[in-house]
Amino acid sequence: MNVKAFFLTLWFVICTSSVVAQGFAGLGQSVDGYALPKPDKVFTFPDDHGAHPDYRIEWWYLTAILNDDDGQNYGVQWTLFRTSLNPDGTLQVWMGNAGITTPDEHFTGERLARGGIGQAGVTTEPFAAWIDDWGMVSKAGVGDPLDTLELTATLPNASYTLDLNANGPMIFHGDNGYSVKSNSGQASHYYSQPFYQVRGSLNLPIGDVEVTGLGWLDREWSSQPLDADQLGWDWFSLHFDSGERLMGFGLRDANGQSFSYASWITADGDVTPSNDLRITPLRWANIADRVVPVDWRLELPSQSLDITTKALNDDSWQSTLFPYWEGPVFATGSHQGRGYLEMTGY
Amino acid sequence: MIRAGAHAFWSHWARHPLQLAVVIIGLALATGLWTGVQAINAEARASYDRAATTLGQTQFSHITRNDAPLRIKDFVVLRRAGWLVSPLVRGTLRGTGIEVVGFDPFTAPINTTFPDLSGDGDLSKFLSSPGMIFAHPDTVDLLPENVPPVRILETVPPDQILTDVTIAMSLLKRDTLSSILVLGVQPERRLPLVDVNAEYIITEPAQRSDMARLTDSFHLNLTAFGLLSFAVGLFIVYSAIGLAFEQRRVLFRTLRALGLSRCSLMYLLASEALVLATLGGGVGVVLGYIMAAALLPGVAATLSGLYGASVSGSLSLNPFWWLIGFGMAYFGAAVAVSGNLWQMSRLSILAPAMPRAWLVAGANTARLQAIVGSFLILLSLLLGIFGESLIAGFACLAAMLLGAALLVPLALMSIVSLLSRSSRGVISQWIWADTRQQIQPMSLALMALMLALAANVGVSTMVGSFRSTFTGWLDQRLASDLYITTRTSAEAVAFQEFVSADVESILPIVSADVRLAGSPGQVFGIKDHEIYRAHWPLLESVPDVWDRVAQGDGILVNEQLARREQLWTGNTLQVAADFQFEIVGVYSDYGNPAGQAFINYEIFEKRYPDITPLRFALNADNPSYLRDKIVAEFGLPRDNTINQQEVKAFSMQVFEQTFLITNALNVLTLGVAGFALWASLTTVVGMRLPQVAPVWALGFTRKSISVIEMSRSLLLAALTAVLAIPIGLGLAWILLAIVNVRAFGWRLPMELFPWDWAQLFIWALVGATLAAAMPIRKLIKLPPSELLKVFANER
Repeated sequence: MNVKAFFLTLWFVICTSSVVAQGFAGLGQSVDGYALPKPDKVFTFPDDHGAHPDYRIEWWYLTAILNDDDGQNYGVQWTLFRTSLNPDGTLQVWMGNAGITTPDEHFTGERLARGGIGQAGVTTEPFAAWIDDWGMVSKAGVGDPLDTLELTATLPNASYTLDLNANGPMIFHGDNGYSVKSNSGQASHYYSQPFYQVRGSLNLPIGDVEVTGLGWLDREWSSQPLDADQLGWDWFSLHFDSGERLMGFGLRDANGQSFSYASWITADGDVTPSNDLRITPLRWANIADRVVPVDWRLELPSQSLDITTKALNDDSWQSTLFPYWEGPVFATGSHQGRGYLEMTGY
Repeated sequence: MIRAGAHAFWSHWARHPLQLAVVIIGLALATGLWTGVQAINAEARASYDRAATTLGQTQFSHITRNDAPLRIKDFVVLRRAGWLVSPLVRGTLRGTGIEVVGFDPFTAPINTTFPDLSGDGDLSKFLSSPGMIFAHPDTVDLLPENVPPVRILETVPPDQILTDVTIAMSLLKRDTLSSILVLGVQPERRLPLVDVNAEYIITEPAQRSDMARLTDSFHLNLTAFGLLSFAVGLFIVYSAIGLAFEQRRVLFRTLRALGLSRCSLMYLLASEALVLATLGGGVGVVLGYIMAAALLPGVAATLSGLYGASVSGSLSLNPFWWLIGFGMAYFGAAVAVSGNLWQMSRLSILAPAMPRAWLVAGANTARLQAIVGSFLILLSLLLGIFGESLIAGFACLAAMLLGAALLVPLALMSIVSLLSRSSRGVISQWIWADTRQQIQPMSLALMALMLALAANVGVSTMVGSFRSTFTGWLDQRLASDLYITTRTSAEAVAFQEFVSADVESILPIVSADVRLAGSPGQVFGIKDHEIYRAHWPLLESVPDVWDRVAQGDGILVNEQLARREQLWTGNTLQVAADFQFEIVGVYSDYGNPAGQAFINYEIFEKRYPDITPLRFALNADNPSYLRDKIVAEFGLPRDNTINQQEVKAFSMQVFEQTFLITNALNVLTLGVAGFALWASLTTVVGMRLPQVAPVWALGFTRKSISVIEMSRSLLLAALTAVLAIPIGLGLAWILLAIVNVRAFGWRLPMELFPWDWAQLFIWALVGATLAAAMPIRKLIKLPPSELLKVFANER
């Protein structure tokens, strides 16, 4: 899963200053009338790629770690959030977040829209998720619609267009896609496509850059994924040079880490869930008037994993309505790799 | 010596507290009315700016489309093409003067009026039916019952409600947007507008809000009233200061004889004026604030009636007005004192004590006044003939009034001279001669009275002419019996079928918001029908006007548009780049500040296929039966059906509100003039002791002298009132034929209301009686010893 539910819930509760912030708010308080994730859910596609308006919150979340011909590293994020303001699903609000990270700069974009007028939405046949001129559109002729995607976003000073092709299966986290988020049982439906090969171009103020790399899509929906005392989370999606992948997160409460989970994914797409992930901050940076950990140690004893991650750009701050840290990281230690880190609640 | 002089001056005021009060009150009234009017203007302008900020009108460019009204789908198309835009709906809530502003909270530019939707569940209440509206506390009580739940928000301009764009559309019973705002910062890579849709046009933000431009003339009107009041107030000060100079002639002589230099004396008098102005200005500013606060609701009603502008009913304090108020008080005191100082500076040491010297100086003044007055009348004529702007119109008006006022003493003297020819006997000859002699000292008060009466006659003639023209025009324009608003296009179609059997005629009312000659306006599509041919109030037209409109190549424009843009019959009007017509007629359209045009219905339909008529005008044998039937059987809410009488009543109510403030200022000005008369008579009674004493000595009782004095006051007031009537009519003519045309864009025929003049004449006499009562009572009570003193010493 990620994060996003936590992140949203959290920030929705904390940010009381803006219009939409509080519209999204109240997420943590009550689930009355909204559908709840079920452990025995059977996923059906392409329907489940589309929206689930009877759930309170949902997202289509893509991150890509990229480099150009000169070996320069970049990161790209594209997210569409959906929130239902009433249990019958007739009042939908959409939020798009996008980011481009270079070693020296971080670009942020954000869009908001009401549902029902066509400004934002998701269709399954053909698959398309969009808000304004941003899009995640299927180009797949056969197979799963998510196997081939075109991704576009326009930020105030930058934009990108990426083509994504999956060369592996979809991954279901937790118990066949039923992902538990706290010891008291909050959960979400959560699956990923972590096997994208990415090619495309970034339009930056310095000019256009042709890039290639690896992409990771998260799909998740729920109605109340946060425990009341949870403050924020640290979430990793890593591609190792061995072809293996790791999705892991730690949720923090006032006393430190309260809950963690990891999905260990082999190069063939076999998943091993585990609860022995340990994440420890190593270095902190002052970003946007806060102190944020930017280098981490990750230990997963069941897979003999002990790595250190380092941010491409310490200042990968998304100064959006609900601000958070989201950027590319590089892993060294028992495994070499690269991926994305998201941190909220700082 | 200066100290002694200052002390002597002070003791004068200490012995004449009433006179001191008159000077201070005069200054206070003059500055108060002026400051009050300025405060009202400033508040109203601030309100327009606030309102414009809510709408983003002055900050952001906006997109319109050539061929159709804007809808939500246009907004979505633009967003999906990469344009950062936000939809806006604005319109007047039916049956109220309240403007509904609908915005989209997800894309709207953040500004100070943005409501806080951060409470639990607020956003969902705001977005979903019945919705939520935000309103200024003053507006809440004015809202009709069937509006969504209200939240108070101080930053919303009064008479405006903020709500979600979709809720606004349902409140206004429409499915179109008013405009689409283009936010300031746009992504670099977005589709060029012409590639999104060639019919989209982008318009730069207005330099000033449309409202501020529309209401300029109204505020100029108020300013003119303020200036008139200031002028009348100055007359009071002038006469009171004149009295103070007159009474202190002996004192001046004594001080000069004791060695006080002329320069020091002038310096003392100037300082005295400064102190008086500070006191008067202080009182005036407070008075102005009170007056503005009391009148503002009326002004707000006027502005909303006339222009649909919303103005806060409460006043905020602004230090700038205080400074302006004091500035005006100093200016007024300087004007009032300078004349007397100038006279005194030219007289010899002992001369100040000789009444004859003052009288000669006064006669010179009268001559000068008459010359200046004639010159001003000439100037007024020239301005009326050659002036173009609204300012020139007001200048013409001011020159005419001031010129006429300056000629009043000469005119009165001539009339009295004429009347005196018929007199026989010593006593009556004395009375006439004495009356003539009294005109000059009272001239200022009489001028003030003449100005106030003329303003009254002029303004009431204008309002009366407007009222009767407007009523007649409403009868013509509202020729249909019932006006129906359906809620959807489907309902509109069903409705036409439903009533077809019961009506003599059913005419669709359909319009598009466009820009006519660069300003916001509306174009209507009309069917060729006898009702239009028979009733429509055309001011000028080509012979076959209705055939030309029916053929589709002619367009009718309203008078405002014709006058503003100089587009008359025979000219061509461009509605859009590829959509132009020959103007075949101009019609009167009172009370509407915006441009308007009528074209053939079929042409309209072809050009704006998305606009289908929702409103209809019906004629039927039995309108009230039909109305009940529509409500009961067709199921249209009664609110959506209006009969002719209701429209007329509402229009007349708007009209009456429009002139509320005018009437209030009229009464105030008249009050000030009455005060001036009283101040002047008080002055004159003191000055006239040398004239009265010999008559008393010859055997007249004080009582009979008083009767003569009172008759004289009444005669002068009556003559002034008679003179004021033609001047007031001149004023009305300038208002109707020059000022109104430039201010509002329409010209009205002038009508005469003799009964109003009769009433005003009586009021003038009542005012003069009241003003004269106290001074004359003082004369009756004057101890004979005082009269004897006239002979005993030199005064």
